[in-house]
Order: sequence, then structure tokens, then C-alpha cells
Amino acid sequence: MTQLVVEGLHKSFGAFAVLHDLTFSIREGSIHSIIGPNGAGKTTLFNVITGLYPPTHGRVLFNGADITGRPAHALAALGISRTFQNLQIFLNMSALDNVLVGYHLSCRPRLLPSLFRWPAVVRRDHEYRQRAEQLMAFVGLSAFVGAEASAMPYGALKRLELARALAVQPKMLLLDEPAAGLNPKETGDLDTLIQRIAERGVTIVLVEHDMRLVWAVSNHILVLDEGRKLAEGTGAEVRHNPDVVAAYLGEGGRHR
Amino acid sequence: MSADLLQFLVAGVTVGACYGLVGVGFSIIYNASQVINFAQGEFVMIAGLGTTSLLAAGMPYAVAIALGVLITVLVGVALEALAIAPARQSSVVTLIIITVGASIFLRGAAELVWGRNFRSLPPFSGAEPIALGGAVIQPQSLWVLGGTAISVVLLSLFFAATRSGKAMLATACNPNVALLLGIDTRAVLRLSFAIAALLGGIAGVLIAPISLTYTDVGVMLGLKGFCAAILGGLGNPFGAVVGGLIVGVTEALTAGYLSSAYKDAVAFVMILVVLIVMPRGLFGAKAGERV
Amino acid sequence: MVDHRRKGTRGLVLLALIIVALPAVIPNAYIYDVVILIGINAIVCIGLNLLIGYAGQISLGHAGFFGLGAYASPLLSDRLDWPPALALLAAAMAVGLLSFAVAKPILKLRGHYLAMATLGLGIIISIVLNQEGQLTGGPDGMPVPPFSLLGQRAEGEATWYWIVGALLLATVWLTLNLVDSPVGRALRALHGSEVAAAVTGIDVLRYKIMVFVLSAVLASVAGSVYAHYAGFITPSEATFFRSIEFVTMVVLGGMASTFGALIGAALLTALPQVLTPLQDYQMLTFGAVLVGTMVFMPKGLVPSLAERLARHRR
Repeated sequence: MTQLVVEGLHKSFGAFAVLHDLTFSIREGSIHSIIGPNGAGKTTLFNVITGLYPPTHGRVLFNGADITGRPAHALAALGISRTFQNLQIFLNMSALDNVLVGYHLSCRPRLLPSLFRWPAVVRRDHEYRQRAEQLMAFVGLSAFVGAEASAMPYGALKRLELARALAVQPKMLLLDEPAAGLNPKETGDLDTLIQRIAERGVTIVLVEHDMRLVWAVSNHILVLDEGRKLAEGTGAEVRHNPDVVAAYLGEGGRHR
Repeated sequence: MSADLLQFLVAGVTVGACYGLVGVGFSIIYNASQVINFAQGEFVMIAGLGTTSLLAAGMPYAVAIALGVLITVLVGVALEALAIAPARQSSVVTLIIITVGASIFLRGAAELVWGRNFRSLPPFSGAEPIALGGAVIQPQSLWVLGGTAISVVLLSLFFAATRSGKAMLATACNPNVALLLGIDTRAVLRLSFAIAALLGGIAGVLIAPISLTYTDVGVMLGLKGFCAAILGGLGNPFGAVVGGLIVGVTEALTAGYLSSAYKDAVAFVMILVVLIVMPRGLFGAKAGERV
Repeated sequence: MVDHRRKGTRGLVLLALIIVALPAVIPNAYIYDVVILIGINAIVCIGLNLLIGYAGQISLGHAGFFGLGAYASPLLSDRLDWPPALALLAAAMAVGLLSFAVAKPILKLRGHYLAMATLGLGIIISIVLNQEGQLTGGPDGMPVPPFSLLGQRAEGEATWYWIVGALLLATVWLTLNLVDSPVGRALRALHGSEVAAAVTGIDVLRYKIMVFVLSAVLASVAGSVYAHYAGFITPSEATFFRSIEFVTMVVLGGMASTFGALIGAALLTALPQVLTPLQDYQMLTFGAVLVGTMVFMPKGLVPSLAERLARHRR
């Protein structure tokens, strides 16, 4: 079943157009990669889908509902979650608290019960703490449960962000360059992790430059170039698409 | 045009020109560093009070004015070196608190030096009012308008024709690129405080003969100058001048026709309305802080 | 974080003990007065710290809310003959509503723009209090009827000491609860990264408004208590400088630390009183403290000392 539909999406900043008339769809439960050179508009696309930027025109449908221009927090409530290319960690909090913030929507915190520390609040908080610790173990961060986020290494922070995004209990998870800045060892089990997340029934949208990871996990690949769709299909289809070969893979110097 | 209205307009334009000069200072520092200098109004106060003391010490008026403004520039440079530069990498909230603290510090220091009394400067040239279509103009008003006009012209020449001025423009456009081009953005910041203090100082001595000067004079002038800068579009120095004139005239008309008690509230209501309705101001090229 | 909570509880118990024990060593009414003022300022600062320290927003106009509470409560009890306790609550609610109404447009602004907007708001309130002379007595101020609850009149420093002490303890308790709850986490999260907070489902604007209103209501309650205690109120309680005083206390004590705000309030309320020769230097000192703290110890006293202590133990 189709989960996300992007229709005629256009985004410009002033006179500068980043996305041109982009149309594609993503199937529920798939691992859908979006690739393209730097500046192709991948992160902007993520920002529009997750409600951080309104599109200039065009529509975004999620599970059949028009979500164009809805604010980010409302989209999170619908089940869209993401990580960031340039890490957006709450550095003023502990690692566990970062993940706990991800459970914000499940907690539905209210002011008065929180002020007076009603027993129900304490009980539920305890429950979510345990779930957050399990989630940290799932992404391989058991060692950091008691750590302050500001004291963690870069690779661990990337996983922490992933755990936080999972705590939102997304139906669709957008990963913006999860392998960027990681050493080969750290990248190593990322493909298994992504596949295990997908097995939980979460649709994955992956923006990534590490082609090994892309080929390993993707069911479907969309190639962007200068804000336009260059090609899409399975890995094999995309790899043999003459346009892609010419514009993207052919020019070795243009892309690492 | 009725004589009343003309009189109000003259008063509004005169004081508005000073708000404009203060506003230009806000914009210049903002361009160099994305910092709003809450101590901007204190420059006005220091120049005015400094000049009264120098004059009282027996100096010729012109020398006293020049020295008064010079002292203000030195204070501006010291402020940058001692309070802003060490905290360049801090968060916005931290920088706000620093400049607010600096303004309180300067006011406290001024109270120790000059006490809490009101002081005044004599007009630059005679006190004989000039009649104009039923209204009267103080000669000092002409000094204010002329001084503002000359300052603005010199400033635009500085931006257009000197290396330092161009470096400041480049830094305003994009600090990172400016750094790559080899521009010393640290020096630009220092220079921006010097120029902002200079303009504030000029406003201070121009306005002192009309409205008395005292240690708290900078609070209102500073805030109204900020209103001018916001109205003109923060980061657009010449927009700030227009913004200042609008604030001054609105204030004078409110005082004249509606309520003199709430004259001072005008600028603050304008700040709120402008920030909420059109945060980019009238001529703002730059948006507010990005998400 | 369990550790965090235990530390908070320990602090709360310590504070209660200090409040209970202090009267034994307070020698005279003058010191009582200073301690009561510390308590009142601390309540404002603890609320303001939720906004500045935890949520990372700024307000340069909170003395306005303090002033509104200070004037509204006596006006309601005097002119409308309401019981003072009811008047105090009504004033707090009115300030809550007012701050809610202005919060929505204002808190969309960030950084410097927010600072200027709150500053403008505070000054407008202060101008109104000065100008509406028939209601407020203008710059000369107005007398305030004594406070009474269930027919008992609150009189004398000792009585007020217990009232303010109890209020302070309640404020600290509620604040510690809030900070350690999902709401408190959401506030710290939007301070850490607004974008990340939004994509994890936090309605950033709603939380900013919530904490702004909460801090305004606390300031209003503190203002009402101050007015009834002092028996006289002037617009000087609502000035820009008063707003800056509150911010200085928060910043010196330590941002994002409830006990820091308390200690900041204690130091900066007591110092000018104890060192009377410093009175003339008050502005100078406050300015220097603000700049110095931000440049050399941006986290403030309590968090910096706590960090040093933790490093020492290791």
C-alpha cells in the first residue's frame, strides 16, 4: 500500500528553486533510498515532508491524508519521525532524557499532574524510562544509559538520535545520512540495524552517500539531481539507467 | 497645514533624527555580529554628560563637543574589547544579558560621576527661534537635522569608498565568506562598535541642548532608536533613519493630539506591533533569525 | 535522573530546615525584612528561571507582571471589598490571562526580538502604572490594606516570614516536580534544539507560552504578597531596572538550577542591604555582576560549583 505521496512538489528560497515539480510515492514497509549529489535537494525534501518548511507549491499525502504545510509536531503525531544530517541532539540533557523526549507524544504530559507529581505521572515515567533503556540497548548504546549527551562521541550521538526518533514510534522514519562521519566499524552493523527497524513495520526513507549501505538495504531508489527526479526503481534498474550513469555515476569527480 | 501640526512635525522630525542616528548604530553592530547592543542608548548619555563637564571645565564649546564624542567612541571600543569579544561564541541569550549588564554598568558609573541631576548644553548657535509658517523652529533643530544628514552622507561614503567600509558590508552579507576572503571580522566588530558609539555620541550632543541630559536619558533614546532600527528593517542602516523619523513624528503627533502622558508608550507599542506584524520592517532585506 | 530527583528532595528538605531554624538566629525586625524580601524575590526568580534557564527564552519585562500583581490585588480588595486572598488569586488569574494573550504573538519571536518585545511590554505596563494616577496613585504610589485570611490579619514580620517561607517552599516543590516531569523535559528539549523538539512531537510554541504564563503568574503572586507585606506600593517595583534585577539574580545563581535562582536572589537582595555603603554603587555592581558572570562563569554560581565539586570527588 502506498504510504507517502509527493505530488508536484516545488520549493524555492527567494529566486532560488531547490525542488522542481517533484512527484513520487513510497510504499508502506519499504526501505526507500533517495540519492543524488550534494545540493540535489535531498535534505530540503526531508524538511518539507517533516513540516519544517512549507512547500512553495505541490502536495504531500500521508496515508491518504493531505499533510501539506502541517507543523512538524503534528506530523510527528501522525507517525513521521526523522534524524538530521547535522545532528540535533539536546546537548543540555542526559542521553536517556534525549530518548525520553522521544516518548513525549505517548506520555501526553499535562501541566497540573506534572506540577503536583501525581502518582500516575511517576508510574508512567518509570515505565517509559525502562522502555527508553531498552531502545538504547536496541541501537547499541547500553553503555551510555547514564551518560550526559554532551560527553558522548559523535558516532554514539548518531545512534542516540536514531533511538530518539524510534521512541516517537513512527510509521515512517526518515534517516538523513546516518552513516556520514562514521568510521567503517561504526557503519558496519548499520545496515542490519536499519533492516531490523524495517522488520518492525516501519517504512524507512534513507538519504545516504555511502552507496554500499544504499545498495545493501534499499528496496527502491529515487535519484535526484538539481531538485528534479532523474530516475527511480530498484537498485539494479537505477544502476543501469543511462541517465544516472551519465549524470551521476559516470562523472567520478562529481561524487565520492 | 495648521500651525499646530507644523509645530508637532518639526518637533517630531528633530527628535526622530536622533532616534535614527541611534538606530543606525544598532544596525551597524547587528550587521557585524548579529548582536543587539542594549547599551546603545548609553552612548548618547555619555556624550551629552561628558560634554557638559568638559564645557564646565572651561574648554571651548567645539573642543568640548569633539572630546565628548571621542570619549564616547573610546567607551564603545572598550565595551567591545572587555565584554563582547570574550563572549563572541556565546548563545544569543548570553549576549543579550551581557549588553544589558554593560548598559546598567555604564549608567551606574555615570551616576557616580555626574549624580542624578538634569544638565543641559547651550544651543550651538543662538536661541532665537526662527518663524516658519506659524510654527517656530529652534536653531538647534537645524543643527540636529544637518548633523544627521551629514553623518548619514559620510557613512554612505565610508561604506562605498573605503576598504574598511566594504569589509563591513561584506561581513554583513556573509561573515563566513568574509572570513575566507581574508577580512578580519574581529576588526570589523571593533570598528562597528566605534562607529555606533560615534553616531550615538553625535546624537547625544546634538539633542542635549533641546531635551535635557541626565544619566537615564539613554534608556528611552536607546529603546526608541531600536524601534527605529526595527521599523527600518534591522541591518539596514539607512532604513533606520527613516524609521527614526517615523517614530519621532508619531510620538510628537500622539503627544500633541492624543495624550502627552502616553507619549513614551508610543515607541513601545510600535516595537510590539512592528515585531509581531512585520518583523522585517519597512525595508528589511534580512529575515529574522532562521529556524 | 533518579539521582537528580534525590538531590532535589534533599535540597527541599534542607530548605525546609533552614526556613524552620532561621527565626532562632534572626536578631531583629530589620533582618526579618531582608529575609522576607529574599523569599519574595526568590519566588519570582524561580519562575523566571523556568523561562530563561530551562526553556532558553528571555524576558526583560517580568517586573511588569510583578507590578501588576502588586497593584491588582490591593485594588481588588480595597475598591471592590474582596477578601485579600481572593483578590490575590484573581490578580494572579488576570495576569495569567494577560500574559497568555500577549505570549502567543510575542513568543513566536526569537532571541533579540523576544528580548525587545518583553522589554517593551514591561515598560508599557510601568508607564500605565505611572500614568493612571486615579487608580494607582501615580508615581507617588498608594497604600495597601493589610492581608487577612479567614478573619486572621497578617501583621508583623514574624507572621509574614512564615507566609513567605511556606509560599517559597511550595514554589520550590512544584518547580522541582515540573522540571523532573515530561513537561520539564520538553522545556529543556526546546532549549536544546527547537527543530528536534518539533519533530519529536513537541508543540514548541505551546510550551513556550505555558512556561511564560507560569512564570508571569508566579511573579504576580510574589508581587501581591510584596504589596500586602510592605503596606505601600510604588511604580518603582515595575521598572525596567527591577526586571533586570530579577534576570541578574537568575543568571548569577545559575541558569537551569532552581536552587541557583534561590541563591542568586538571596545574594543580590542581601548584599545591597548588608553593605549599605554599596547603595550608591548598586547599579554599577549589578551591571558588573551580569557581565562578569556571563563572561567568566556563564552557567552561574550553583551549577559551576556543583561541577567543580563533582570533578573533585572523582
